[in-house]
Amino acid sequence: MDVMPKWADVVLVPLISLIIAALLSALLILAIGESPVAALKLMIEGTLLRSSGWGYMLYYTTNFIFTGLAVSVAFHAALFNIGGEGQAMMGGLGVALVCLFIPWPHWTFAIIGASLGAAFFGMIWAGLPAYLQAKRGSHIVITTIMFNFIAAGVLNFFLVGALKPKGSMDPATANFPAATHLPTFEDMAGLLGFEKMFRAAPANVSFFLALVACVLVWFLIWRTPLGYEIRAMGKSEPAARYAGIGSVKIIMVAMMISGALSGMMAINTTQGESERLILNFTEGAGFIGIAVALMGRSHPLGVLLAALLFGFLYQGGAELALWTKIPRELIVVIQALVILFTGALSLMVRGPLERLFLSLRRRG
Amino acid sequence: MDFLTLLQVLDSSLRLATPLLLACLAGLFSERAGIFDIGLEGKMLAAAFLSAAIAATTGSVWLGLLAGIGAALLLSAIHGLASITLRGDQIISGVAINFLAAGLTVVISQDWFGQGGRTPPLLSGGRFEPLSLPGAVPAKEISQAGPFMQLYSELLSGHSLLVYVALLMVPLTWFVLYKTRFGLRLRAVGENPAAVDTAGISVVGLRYAAVGICGVLCGIAGAYMATALQAGFVKDMSAGRGFIALAALIFAKWRPWYALGACLLFGFFFAVDNRFQNILLPAWAMSGVLLALGCGLFAYVRNKTLLDRIVLGGLGLGLAIVATLITLSNLNAGLGSMIKIPVVFIQSLPYVLTVVVLAGFVGKAIPPRSGGVAYVKEK
Repeated sequence: MDVMPKWADVVLVPLISLIIAALLSALLILAIGESPVAALKLMIEGTLLRSSGWGYMLYYTTNFIFTGLAVSVAFHAALFNIGGEGQAMMGGLGVALVCLFIPWPHWTFAIIGASLGAAFFGMIWAGLPAYLQAKRGSHIVITTIMFNFIAAGVLNFFLVGALKPKGSMDPATANFPAATHLPTFEDMAGLLGFEKMFRAAPANVSFFLALVACVLVWFLIWRTPLGYEIRAMGKSEPAARYAGIGSVKIIMVAMMISGALSGMMAINTTQGESERLILNFTEGAGFIGIAVALMGRSHPLGVLLAALLFGFLYQGGAELALWTKIPRELIVVIQALVILFTGALSLMVRGPLERLFLSLRRRG
Repeated sequence: MDFLTLLQVLDSSLRLATPLLLACLAGLFSERAGIFDIGLEGKMLAAAFLSAAIAATTGSVWLGLLAGIGAALLLSAIHGLASITLRGDQIISGVAINFLAAGLTVVISQDWFGQGGRTPPLLSGGRFEPLSLPGAVPAKEISQAGPFMQLYSELLSGHSLLVYVALLMVPLTWFVLYKTRFGLRLRAVGENPAAVDTAGISVVGLRYAAVGICGVLCGIAGAYMATALQAGFVKDMSAGRGFIALAALIFAKWRPWYALGACLLFGFFFAVDNRFQNILLPAWAMSGVLLALGCGLFAYVRNKTLLDRIVLGGLGLGLAIVATLITLSNLNAGLGSMIKIPVVFIQSLPYVLTVVVLAGFVGKAIPPRSGGVAYVKEK
């Protein structure tokens, strides 16, 4: 059945899709009257050639790893969790409650507590749509979209009400106590004797948490019975049911893991960067998770690479907006093109490739 | 609240419901033909931008409307190519279209007008002006008029042309879907495309037609937002309306007249939210309603499975806790004291109602059977 060798499927298809997206973006930059080559050079200089550029890039990457893994886990069960944004918002609420109301002695304990809080809140916010899908048959895509909007309402309610310190005007919580502040890359580089590295960059220790999450998700999906059941459900629900795998359980578990991962994104942005809970802290990272998961073919290694790419695009896009007249929204266009070509139009890339490999095989 | 205030709120509901209604009917055509479309939001946004941009540069609102429809049709074509011809995932295609519109509108408007992602404000020829129906009393004299005259002048008269177009689209949609051969085939292709194919009718053609109609209606919806409701395009101006239209579509269970009702209801929520900053309710009523809902959930799950008990029971417990908190925090002032309903609650109502309907607690919403599935012709 497999027309293409596995490496072509895993490497070539995303790569070609990316090249098409890049070419179209280059055309757009040309149409605006800027030079795509100069733009790319600027992006690389602002991101890869400066340690603070790396610090920003890895900060964005951390968010995208969490949300990308979240979408991937749901994809493995053939569920489309489009609610990463809302789950991350609720995760932020969890982080804020844990950091503000528990007197943590040291950040090492606080990050464990905040992870649990974020994961728990994200889990609940994904669990409700999962329950509605599993038991009542409501379409998970629609319910998770609705839950995104409801989460924005809930977050707004708490930030203009109960959690806002008295006398403050911004919709944000009080600053978290100093003991919960996470060490940034700048602090860590200082400890190792590299002064002046990653200056003022927001990347922090939660990047390593994201890497651990990659390994754990890989282990869960490919090395545990539960992961096997999730994948079986994703491949064919009737077959899985015939093998005695309960679809209700798998939908619930897969979505709750997915929600927990989305929620944990908030540790990076809330505890790590702003050190208080603010409105709109997710900045669409929940949706970028979709592009990351599609490009990374739902494999943790692929997700890591795609998250690095999007981290690069985000930081590079900020540089472009600063120095040229290309607005930041160009990155949203690139993201849309990546989703379009790796997701919806994948047959357009895959079809010609399959034909190519077929003709090669016949000749060989 | 007097009669005239009520009329004013209803009037503004109608204006705010119009883009929802157009987008909702757009989604109705597409989804009835079996093509899920979560890209309504993006199409409206693209149409809003291009209609405002063309209306601002040419000074003609009609050219703007045409351009808006063109923009939405172009995105529809991408959606059709992805989900009909290439049999890709319709949801993913919709997500991509939303991002494409969100990004491109800002990039292009920044390039064309350089005003931070907005178009120049539209002058009189570039907008759809309110139409005065014959005999309507002007706004200055309305408080002296009788109630029927007030109803006529305030609620029915004084809207832009597109509002009446949107209202007329409802019976038209109903007629096309239920009384014409095309409509019958369109509905059939959403339920059982194989049967339609067997009858020798092109599934692909019908689905493209549906997606095309969807594009035209989204285009009108977007043009209405930028050239009638407001005077120009601003970044992200659709503000989730496409998703509310999707919610209304489910709330209406994919039927045109119910879509009108759902959109008017959601438009009413918007109007109430705009007009009244403080909606007060006695504390006892608020905690009572929440407590009753919580207890209702408890009673409902008593004989259900463990999972039902955990999820719905937990929800009931949450509601009961909120009710208790409200009661406790108002004990000093007495339970008769008035408390403010949070604004976000009104704003979230359309989404909450949609989830409740989707959950099937209040009438089950069953989507077209072949919705979201690409049709593969038998070879």
